[in-house]
Amino acid sequence: MKLLRCAAFAMMALMLSAQGGWASQPQPPPATDGFVAANDLPPTEQLPAGPFVVGAYSCFLVLMVGYAWSIARRLNTVEKEMRTLEQRQSRGSSTR
Amino acid sequence: MRKLFTPLVVLTAAMFAYAPIAIANAPYESTMLLVQKIFYFHLATWMALAVAVSVCAVGSAMYLFKGNEGADRVAFAAAELAVVYCTFGLISGSLWGRKAWGVWWQWDAKLTMAFMLEMIFLGYLIVRKYGGPGAEKLSAAMGIFGAATAPFIYKSADWWRTIHPQTSVMKTLGKNAPPMWNVVWFCGTAFVLLFLILLALRVGLEERRAELDRLYLEAEA
Repeated sequence: MKLLRCAAFAMMALMLSAQGGWASQPQPPPATDGFVAANDLPPTEQLPAGPFVVGAYSCFLVLMVGYAWSIARRLNTVEKEMRTLEQRQSRGSSTR
Repeated sequence: MRKLFTPLVVLTAAMFAYAPIAIANAPYESTMLLVQKIFYFHLATWMALAVAVSVCAVGSAMYLFKGNEGADRVAFAAAELAVVYCTFGLISGSLWGRKAWGVWWQWDAKLTMAFMLEMIFLGYLIVRKYGGPGAEKLSAAMGIFGAATAPFIYKSADWWRTIHPQTSVMKTLGKNAPPMWNVVWFCGTAFVLLFLILLALRVGLEERRAELDRLYLEAEA
């Protein structure tokens, strides 16, 4: 009987200590409804701005040059097709 | 218009050559510092985009209600340029956001609506290319409705809760930092002039295509 009481006491102590252990675990931070700005981070974790600025301006340059080149290429294709058609027409009229 | 083209190209080239100097000399913003320099091209591209979608809407309306084919060609060219400018606006905004907010993208009202505008004008181009007969009218309607979203995008940061700065930034900038304000308008003007040059080239391409179609019809007749 004494043994049983000791076992029950030990079990209760174990349960209490386990509960205490769970309670002492770190709680997750409360949910936020927005992002925290990067500038609030310590300086060691902040990103350097240079590559972003250079990237943005380079992207603009590439996009505009690419678009102008695309217009020129399409215009060349149309002009070539027009020349071919005109040649075909002039050949057709000379054979008649 | 043809006489104006060369001086316009020279003026725009000079403005773009001077723009990096003007941006470098503009004061730093106190919280964002260097990355805020993206602002000068980022805002300027949205200014040019506003002009592009407006031109597209007017051209589309003239084609739908008056049957003006020249206006349709202008609208088509403006829609293509709207896609180009919107792409740059989203990319530059994303680069700025990564540094300023710590995220590449946020599905908030302003950014999502800007993305939808890009999708609408991409849809315009796809309908135009693969839509078959009648695609011009369908795309013209898309152009009008696409342009109608632009004022909502502009005011979305004021009306809804977003992480994007509100439009009042521009109002206070004129009072608080005139040197920054001047550079904003300088870049905005350069971007709109570049838009006009590219529009003229793109409309020229559409006119040559129309001429080619006419020659094919003549050859078949």
